[in-house]
Amino acid sequence: MSTSFELNGVSTTLDADPAMPLLWAIREVAGLHGTKFGCGMALCGACTVHVSGKPVRSCVMPLSAVAGKQVTTIEGLQSKQAKAVQEAWILLQVPQCGYCQSGQVMSATALLESNAEPTDADIDGAMSGNICRCATYTRIRAAIHAAAQSIKA
Amino acid sequence: MIRPSPAAASSTRRDFLKTAGSATAVALTIGFEWLGPPRRAMAAVGSPAVFAPNAFLRVGADGSVTVIAKHVEMGQGAHTGIATVLAEELDADWKQVRVESAPANAKLYANLAFGTMQGTGGSSAMANSWSQLREAGAKGRAMLLAAAAQEWKVPVSDLTVDKGVVYHAGSKRQAAFGALASRAAALPVPDNVTLKDPQDFKLIGHQCPRLDVPSKVDGSAQFTLDVALPGMLVALLKRPPLFGATVKSFDPNAASAVPGVVKVVQVPRGVAVVAKSFWAAKQGRDALSVDWDDSHAEKRSTSQMMNEYRQLAERPAASALKVGDAAAAIKSATHTVAASYEFPYLAHAPMEPLDAVVKLTAGSCEIWAGDQFQTVDQGNAAKAAGLEPQQVSIHTLFAGGSFGRRANVGSDYIVEAVSIAKAYGADGTPIKLQWTREDDIHGGLYRPMYFHKLEAGLNERKELVGWRHVIVGQSIMAGGLFEVMVKDGIDPTSVEGASTIAYKIPNIDVELSTTKNAVPVLWWRVVGSSHTTFAVEAFIDEVAHAAGKDPFAFRRDLLEHEPRMKAVLELAADKAGWNNGPMPKGKGRGIAVGEAFKTFVAQVAEVSVDDRGRVTVDRVVCAVDCGIPINPDVIAAQMEGGIGFGLGAVMYSAITLQDGRVEQDNFNSYRVLRMNEMPKIEVHIIPSGEAPTGVGEPGVAPIGPAVANAIFAATGTRVHVLPFPKSNQV
Ligand code: FES
Ligand code: FES
Repeated sequence: MSTSFELNGVSTTLDADPAMPLLWAIREVAGLHGTKFGCGMALCGACTVHVSGKPVRSCVMPLSAVAGKQVTTIEGLQSKQAKAVQEAWILLQVPQCGYCQSGQVMSATALLESNAEPTDADIDGAMSGNICRCATYTRIRAAIHAAAQSIKA
Repeated sequence: MIRPSPAAASSTRRDFLKTAGSATAVALTIGFEWLGPPRRAMAAVGSPAVFAPNAFLRVGADGSVTVIAKHVEMGQGAHTGIATVLAEELDADWKQVRVESAPANAKLYANLAFGTMQGTGGSSAMANSWSQLREAGAKGRAMLLAAAAQEWKVPVSDLTVDKGVVYHAGSKRQAAFGALASRAAALPVPDNVTLKDPQDFKLIGHQCPRLDVPSKVDGSAQFTLDVALPGMLVALLKRPPLFGATVKSFDPNAASAVPGVVKVVQVPRGVAVVAKSFWAAKQGRDALSVDWDDSHAEKRSTSQMMNEYRQLAERPAASALKVGDAAAAIKSATHTVAASYEFPYLAHAPMEPLDAVVKLTAGSCEIWAGDQFQTVDQGNAAKAAGLEPQQVSIHTLFAGGSFGRRANVGSDYIVEAVSIAKAYGADGTPIKLQWTREDDIHGGLYRPMYFHKLEAGLNERKELVGWRHVIVGQSIMAGGLFEVMVKDGIDPTSVEGASTIAYKIPNIDVELSTTKNAVPVLWWRVVGSSHTTFAVEAFIDEVAHAAGKDPFAFRRDLLEHEPRMKAVLELAADKAGWNNGPMPKGKGRGIAVGEAFKTFVAQVAEVSVDDRGRVTVDRVVCAVDCGIPINPDVIAAQMEGGIGFGLGAVMYSAITLQDGRVEQDNFNSYRVLRMNEMPKIEVHIIPSGEAPTGVGEPGVAPIGPAVANAIFAATGTRVHVLPFPKSNQV
């Protein structure tokens, strides 16, 4: 069985079990390793990718569900919000072990793409599904505000 | 990689003979083994070195400075710290510095805090590397300077170095490290070098950006999860549902029928499904039926165990500290205080579920892992494979967190991976063992469960005259490689923080009752202090209250003889505005202080408690003294992360057993801290000239009691059982 969709702007056909979670299709079939596995149950956000511009947990989304859709992973981030997020992440030295950070960057980018100037409550709402066991949360919050400001400037 | 000239080799051998005992000398000598086949096999792709004066440094012709890190990078910033120290003495340009993980080679890369063993833990990475890497960098610098002096025919004393470039002011000549590297490689390694005066530090104490951050922001950082070798298979292991149970029989047919499943094999820890993909292995494991023999398994519930612990606390136990006569002092006290505290089992739950890749043949075993315990893992892997330790090589990759979990004397996840590769046929097929989150939460090696009982006596002047502290729980070190550390019935990791109590009290009794459960236990970030600091700091707060004293002033007055601890306490209180008057209704401030791994940390927490009892931690002010601050921003980050890690545990986390079965499965039932629960944090670092100590763990210990004490200040209710009651949770 094969599923066709757009992966990071490139039309892609993956030959895999349509029930396979998108996470594993991206990692093991398409060979893109930036998206991580943390829980497999939509509880941690490590596997966050964008499907049609919206953040989704790829560990619980079957490959078949993205047929004909646009999927963006950390490797394919292009938007000015994404660049601002990644620059702020470096400036504020957010990552520690780094394992959750692809997911954090994906969630933060999606937030800024839909909300140019998120409040702390907006950040809580958009980011509380992304666990960071190193607890880099204060820097994630500061970096999201910094990214929003840098886009505005 | 160019081999050193024989002259350099013999010179370093002399160097070794003269100064055997100096760790750097050992490294320099054996450094030439390092250039042999095992080293080449492990070498990362990069610019070839032309100058490798010791096991920790390579300078390429392009001027790149590669620092070889003997410590795993698991988030704590060890790679950056190690590179900062070496690059400082080398006078390297930070922009040209990169880090590579050392291979498993205890002769070269032992953790000097562990003796002869290579590994990372106990917040020791910087403390044990400090002198070793300063010397390694200084020797490299001296040789590059000597090369320039030789080339320009000028005295070394006329040369200066800045950011990887050697200058001769008189003749206006300059040369970059890269251009000097091959000439330096032919020179002898100097016996002695002068280290910098700390006043001249350009990197240490300043903000060197972390070297691993860019790759962790664009998804390119390589974790074990990301290892993909040609022909690699993925294995999931079905483990017994009860601790101590074993495989009775299994039926591989349903699992084998899953498309993509290649083999089903039995190994000592269970039954593994080896497949072409994670998804196939997962479906195969779900379909696999195993009959377990649980005749020797742990079948008790944690509630039962805790009942037994409570009773044990009333019986005589081993003495961990005895000063004066605490029992008599408490008996004759005019006022007494008593409390008990209960701590659950805790899982480490590193963000990257445990994983390891093994490529096993008849004569070699190659391992890829976020390896924290190279020497132990090498030995255990060899045993599982039926090989010699030197036939086992380890590629240490970034670890997606560990918090202690990856450093265990049984090397559980490594041994599982090796035994699966062996049962598969040891034919050189690379196999990745992947744990799921459920495997991790069910997998044991938890922070032990503990019961603490404390009593104190005050005299008529409300002075603390007697302190009695009984701890009940399992030993982490008993029955393993570290058994030798257990003396007279005292495992130091059960009592540290309690038996090392800093407060000046004339009569102290600290006792330990060690229990035996089949639940495997392990050090968890900050180890003993993860519970002892809570007990001591929550109880001293109760005692201060009973004495009618301010909790900050009461502590400070008992710390006159402990200037570093007193200083962090005062700084935290001052920056938090401790004396700025009472908090509004529904809010409270709490303070706690502790020492772990020779680093001193004090924290003040501010909480809000709503009318339904739900607690929000609004702000935490943290003061830390870790000696010379190598990377202030990494120190701040470790305090922030430690606070978040510790706070999540005290508020939400517990592993409980019902009839032997772990009741939690994933992050829904094993709750950890999330973004909306993270307080604002301020970190203040005490300037210091003392040798640097670690920061990965000590920030975890005080947050629990600081918050518990703040809840008391806000509500008048003490917390005696962790995690905090559900009613406190938002
Ligand atoms: S792995 Fe998908 S949310 Fe955790
Ligand atoms: S940086 Fe380690 S889990 Fe987030």
